Parts: sequence; structure tokens; C-alpha cells
Amino acid sequence: MAYTGQHVTSIRTYVTVFLCLMALTALTVWVAFMDLGFMNTIVAMTIAVIKALLVVLIFMHLKDNPKVLWIAAGGAAVWLAIMMSFTLADYLTRPASYLGGW
Amino acid sequence: MSEAHSNNLAHHFETMEQQKQASSLGMWLFLVQEVMFFGGLFLGYVVYRSMYHDAFIAGSHLLNVKLGAFNTVVLIGSSLTIAFSVRAGQLGRNRQILGWLAATLVLGAVFLGVKGVEYAHKYHEHLMPGPHFHYDAAQHSAGAHVDTEAVDPHKVELFVSFYFAMTGLHATHMIIGIGLIVWLMVKAARRRFSSDYYAPVEVFGLYWHFVDIVWIFLFPLLYLIGRH
Amino acid sequence: MSETQATTVNETNYLNASSTLRSWLLTVDHKRIGILYLVTLTGFLLIGGIAAGLIRLELINASGRFFSHETYNKIFTAHGVVMIFFFLLPSIPAVFGNFLIPIMIGARDLAFPRLNLASWYIFVIGGVFGLSALVLGGVDTGWTFYTPYSSTYANSHVILTALGIFVAGFSSILTGINFIVTIHKMRAPGMTWFRLPLFVWAHYATSIVIVLGTPVIAITILLVACERLFHLGIFDPALGGDPVLFQHLFWFYSHPAVYIMVLPGMGVMSELIAAFSRKRIFGYTVVAMSSMAIAIIGFFVWGHHMFVSSQSIYAGLVFSFLSFLVAIPSAVKVFNWTATLYKGSISFKTPMVYALGFIGLFTVGGLTGLFLATAAVDVHVHDTYFVVAHFHYVMIGGAMMEFLGALHFWWPKMIGKMYPERVSRAGSILLFIAFNLTFFPQFILGYMGMPRRYHVYPPEFQLLHRMSSLGAGLLFISFAVVFGSLLWSLVKGKKAPANPWPAKGLEWETSSPPPTFNFDRIPEVTEEAYAYETLFGDEPGPTS
Repeated sequence: MAYTGQHVTSIRTYVTVFLCLMALTALTVWVAFMDLGFMNTIVAMTIAVIKALLVVLIFMHLKDNPKVLWIAAGGAAVWLAIMMSFTLADYLTRPASYLGGW
Repeated sequence: MSEAHSNNLAHHFETMEQQKQASSLGMWLFLVQEVMFFGGLFLGYVVYRSMYHDAFIAGSHLLNVKLGAFNTVVLIGSSLTIAFSVRAGQLGRNRQILGWLAATLVLGAVFLGVKGVEYAHKYHEHLMPGPHFHYDAAQHSAGAHVDTEAVDPHKVELFVSFYFAMTGLHATHMIIGIGLIVWLMVKAARRRFSSDYYAPVEVFGLYWHFVDIVWIFLFPLLYLIGRH
Repeated sequence: MSETQATTVNETNYLNASSTLRSWLLTVDHKRIGILYLVTLTGFLLIGGIAAGLIRLELINASGRFFSHETYNKIFTAHGVVMIFFFLLPSIPAVFGNFLIPIMIGARDLAFPRLNLASWYIFVIGGVFGLSALVLGGVDTGWTFYTPYSSTYANSHVILTALGIFVAGFSSILTGINFIVTIHKMRAPGMTWFRLPLFVWAHYATSIVIVLGTPVIAITILLVACERLFHLGIFDPALGGDPVLFQHLFWFYSHPAVYIMVLPGMGVMSELIAAFSRKRIFGYTVVAMSSMAIAIIGFFVWGHHMFVSSQSIYAGLVFSFLSFLVAIPSAVKVFNWTATLYKGSISFKTPMVYALGFIGLFTVGGLTGLFLATAAVDVHVHDTYFVVAHFHYVMIGGAMMEFLGALHFWWPKMIGKMYPERVSRAGSILLFIAFNLTFFPQFILGYMGMPRRYHVYPPEFQLLHRMSSLGAGLLFISFAVVFGSLLWSLVKGKKAPANPWPAKGLEWETSSPPPTFNFDRIPEVTEEAYAYETLFGDEPGPTS
């Protein structure tokens, strides 16, 4: 039962994660000014997800936490995805003139 | 040690461990509802961006990337300081808890200050949604790769509505967070925490990190993805 | 059991432990908070009921004699808003969930007692917002708040009502979080997940729906308020905003909200059927899991409210198909309760009358829901009285019947007095008859084309409308009998023993009313739920 607090993360780990987050922030700003077409959105979102995972897993200690918290965190992500995908299932199957691109 | 137990263990719990697990699970569940709360806004943003691609590109040129990036650095920095505060809690060091909370407070205030500057700027440029909204493509969205002259200003107003709704809700969370930091600082100054009892600092840390994560998504969605 | 049951007459309990107003308003005892909710919600039920009475009064005549169009719009909105957001959504969880979950799992309180009290205050604040909107002149948008009418055109107190719903929503969310943490972390030794009473399982499933769904309505209704206050144009067609997006967000919550209302009722149902058949519930695991299945699948069906909006027909087909799936776990429950009755030794006490009524009414309500989930049929009956009849069969026939069933079943435990059995039973039977007289004609009306929310209608509908209004009058009388006899018992009721029915469950092993901390010693659980064979020894009720 390694619950939060039983395991003290080292300062070194925190600082490393922080530096990774800074690097990713710089990367996402840099990439944003290159023209990659619709890939711009995908790259930006991928970097954001990686940053969020770093925060959740290490700053929020999810990686040392029991399964029930993984289920809660995963459940939130899955339910957001359900809401988005089913709503978009409507918008994306409407007549094509509805959409303006990504 | 047993003294700390009896003072901080509520009557309906059997052990400190049970109490701590309960508060941690409670905060995670609260964050689940926060995800869905912000999720409604994100969904709206995604739907409209798919409909009004060019107007949203024009809209994102209204925002100042430098200030947005600066705020991102500040907020991630505050996540680091609050993580240190929780770590100090694990080790039962009240003075360190207090110091790192103060650092977080300062960084949070800087973020809100910069946000205030950005809002004031929008106000002076008549870019607040409503009857006074005025969008001038040549002035506001120079350099965008889409034909901003052909963009319907109403749709740009829609983007700006999302900008204010999303960042406003985010800032509200930060203001509440800063209030909580002050409360925790008072407790830390009174040396109320110990390595057995620091759950308030820990669950507040979770909340603050969540606010950071929201910004990690808001920054690219609002400021970046239309820039090239 | 013998130890705890031997409580004497003069024992202090949670009711008489202290009697000042302050001790009630600052209590963190989950049982007292349950009673606070019971009183508050009964008030809202009365207000919503009066609005319902005014609607039926107006519909006696085809010409719309009593009220102006505007007033009628405000009355049906008041009825919908109060009944859904301020009565049905909190009803069973806030009163009985609060009171019973800790006792049923062998805990001294919910995990966060102060948060629990805060939830009640938040609910009251939301209620004050909602009621002040009513007093200041009302809202005329319908409980659904469809944009752009609500966000742009309505000239009524939309903002105040919206804030009321927003605030009350957070009360629900905090209660839901409290329940989930309590069920995870506070179970007594030996109380494994599959020994939990089905009432607790149902509340666990409900709480998940609350935590995942309610924030979405909160942000949606907040955006409507912001649109009126700050001109944020998120649903404003003039800026290119899409009113159908509002409907998506609204129904993403408001369809699962139906399960927030009915799932706790299903939990009550399992307790009642087992207790009055003196048998184990048939297929315990399946009934528990069907609650979870309803909670999850319930999130995949919201688009069936939007078949005649501009939603794409492809999305409509998917939503239609998925809506049929949710009928499966619901039907599983109904079949399992019916199977529990088989060869049980059934006694027709008042709570059992409500339970049996539920089976019939919920089946009608559920099956007509499938008609409505069929896209082609829905085009014909959309926004007619068929829909009105359908959801009243589910909401009143389902949630309300079980609220009353629970109220009678646990009344001796909560209050320590027995209600008068014969009068209450007569009331429950009258209520069943009056309910059907009120709402069955509405199925026919709707099928013939009577639209909802109209108070002037063609004269050929008048006979059916009058039947419905007559039923509403009878419904009022039966509610008066039901609540009158409960109030009577407060003063004159016989003192209740610890286990009057008798029934299984930890709540029946402590005294009536329970002591402040529920148990003198945290009990150790050694058997599964509904082990009625141990209660009755070799009595006729066979085991499954």
C-alpha cells in the first residue's frame, strides 16, 4: 500500500520534470511558428498531453498511488473523450459545408 | 506522535491512514468533476473551431504569445514550488511548507497580474465581446496565413468569447486557490502540520496541479495553434 | 444482534441527544442532515405540486380560461424546475442515502461530515435563488432552458434560476463525492463489496453519474447566464453560435440525470422486495452490476432527445441503437425482482404496495421510452403529451413511488414511530389509481397529437384532459392522506421496535432511532446481504 506520502520523491526528480516541462513549452512555441498544415494542431496537442502526463504522474504522485486513483483519473479522461467524440459524431456527419477545417 | 494522532484524527475514522486515503480519494474525485466542468467549454471550442477555422486563426492572432508563454513558465514554476511544499509536508517541516507556499502564492499572483494586463489590453482595443466589440482585420490579425479580410467579425467575437470564458474560469480557480494558500499558510505558521498530518497541503497540491494542467491545454489551443 | 437490540426505552438517540435549533443547524451527524433534507425537500415537493395543480386546473378547459399564455409558461417551468432540480434529483440520495449508507456499511458517519453539512447549505442557497426567481416573476423557458430563447429572447428571471441550478448542482456533486469515498473507505470489517446491500450499490452507481455528469450542466447553465450578463456569444446564432451545441451539453447531463433520479429508487426497490418476500434477492451480483451498467450506458444515449433538431441522422441512428441497450440492464432488474417474489412469503405492507406499484409503472414508463428512442416514432410523438406521460411514469411511477416506499419502510428507524398501517396502505393504493388516471390519458392525448406546453387546445381533447385533471385532484387527496398519516404518527404513532418488519441489514440491528454514532461498537460483518434464512430460521420462505 504505497499511498501518497509514504514515498518521498527526491528534489532531483522534481527539478528534472520541471526542466522537461520547460523544454516542452519552448518546443511547442517554436513548432507553432512553422507551417505544418493540420499537423500543427496534432503536434501541439501531443506535447500538451505529454506535459499533462508528467504533471499527473510525478507532481501529483499518481504513479505511486493505488489503482482506485488511476481509475478515477482515467475515468475522467475517458468520459471527456466520450462527450467529445459523440458530439463530434454529430457535427462531422453533417453536410460537408458545415466544416471549415482544422 | 500519538498526540498528533488523537488531535487530528476525526471521530469517525479508525486510523490516520484511513483518513488520509479518504481525503486523497475525495480530492481526486473532485478533480474528475473539474475535468468535466472545463470539458464542456473545451468541447464547445473544438466544435466551433472545426466550423469556423479561419475566424479562429484570425482570433488567435489577437493574443500575445510572449505573455502567454511567460505565464506558462510562471504557472509550471508554481507547480514545482507547491510540489516542494507537499514534499516538506511529507517530512513534517512546517517552515519549509510555509516558504514554498509563499513562493507559490507569489507566482500565482504574477500569473494573475499578467492576465490582468492582457484583459486590460483587450478592453482598450474594443475586443471584449458585446455591443462594443470591434474587429479590424488589418490592425489586429496582421501576419495570419488565412484571408482575414474575408473572415466574419462575428465569428472572431465567438473566439474571443471562448477566450474570456476559458481563461476567466481558469483565473477564478486560481483566485480560489490563492485564498486556500493563505489559509494553509496560517496553519503552517502555527506549526499544525506533521509527517502524520499534512493532508490539507497534499490535497491542495493536487488542486493546484490540476489548474496548471488546464493551462497547459489552454495555452496551445488559444495562443498557438493558429500562429504559423 | 442481541446486544444492540436490547436498547431500553430511555436511551438517548440522535433525535433527542440535543434539541436546540443551533444543534440542528450546525449538526454534522449524517442522520440529522438527512432529516434536514427531508424537511427541505418536502417543502419543494409542495411548491412543485401546487404548480402541477395549477397546470391541471388550466387544462380542464380547452380555451385556456384562467391564465395568460405568459403565466402558463411560467407555471409549467416552475413545476419542471422545482420538481427536477430541487426535488427529484436530490430526493432519495440526500435523504435516505445520507441517513442509511453509513449505517448500512457499518460506519459512524460519511467520510466528510462537515462537507455533508456544507452540501445542505449549498442546496438551500441554490433553492433560495430558484425560489426568489419564482417570487420575483418567474421563468418562462421550460426546465430545458433551450437557447437562443433562454440566452437572448426570454424576458424573465433566467439568470437567477440558472444560478440556483448551478449552485444546487454543486451540492449534488459534493454529496456524490462523499458517498463514493465513504463506500470505498469506511466499510466495516467483513463488509466486502459483494456483501453491500443493493441500496448501497445503487447509490454508488448514482454517485458516479453525479460526479461525471453534473459539472457539464453546471458549465452549460453558467454559460447561458454569462451570455445574458456579459454578452459572451457561445450559443448565440447571431455570432455563429450553435443552439444545438447547447442541446448536446444539456442532454449529456440531463439524460443521465434520469438515472440519478431512478437508480436510487431501484436500490430501495431491492431492499423492499427482499424484506417483504422474506427472501434473498434473486441474482444479487447481476442486480448490482446492472446498476453500474445503467450508470455507464446511460451516458451514451443523450442524442435521442435531439432526433428532430438539426443533429445528423447518422448520429441519430447510433444514439437510437444505444438507447435500446440501456433497456437491457433495466429489464434485468425488473425480472430479478419479479423472480424474487416467486415462492416468497409476501406481506402487503405499505412499502411493499409502493414497490409492486413501481414494477408495473416503471415497466410502462421504460417501454414507452423505447418507443421514443425509435427515431421514426419519435418524429411523430416528439414534444407531445406522449413524452410527458412517459417521463411521469418513470419519474413519479419510478422515483416518487420509491421515495414514498423508502419513507414508510425506514420511517420507524428514522423517527422511532410506527405509521398507521391501514390508512397509509389505503393512501398508497389510492395514489396508484390516481396516478394512472392522471397520466394514462396523456399517452392517448400525445399519440393523437396534443403538444406539450400548450394551454389552448382543440375541444376534442377536452374529455381526456378532464380525466387527467380529475386524476390530479385524486392524486392531491392521496398525497394528503399519505403525508397526513405520517404527520399523525409523529405525535400519536406507536413506538417502533428496533426491527419492526423484521428485515435484514445493519440498520435494523441498531436501535430505532439509532444512537448518535450509529453503533456502540463497529460491527463485524459475517454474512452476505439479504440472508433472510438466518432471520427466520426454518420458516417457509425458501432460499435461492
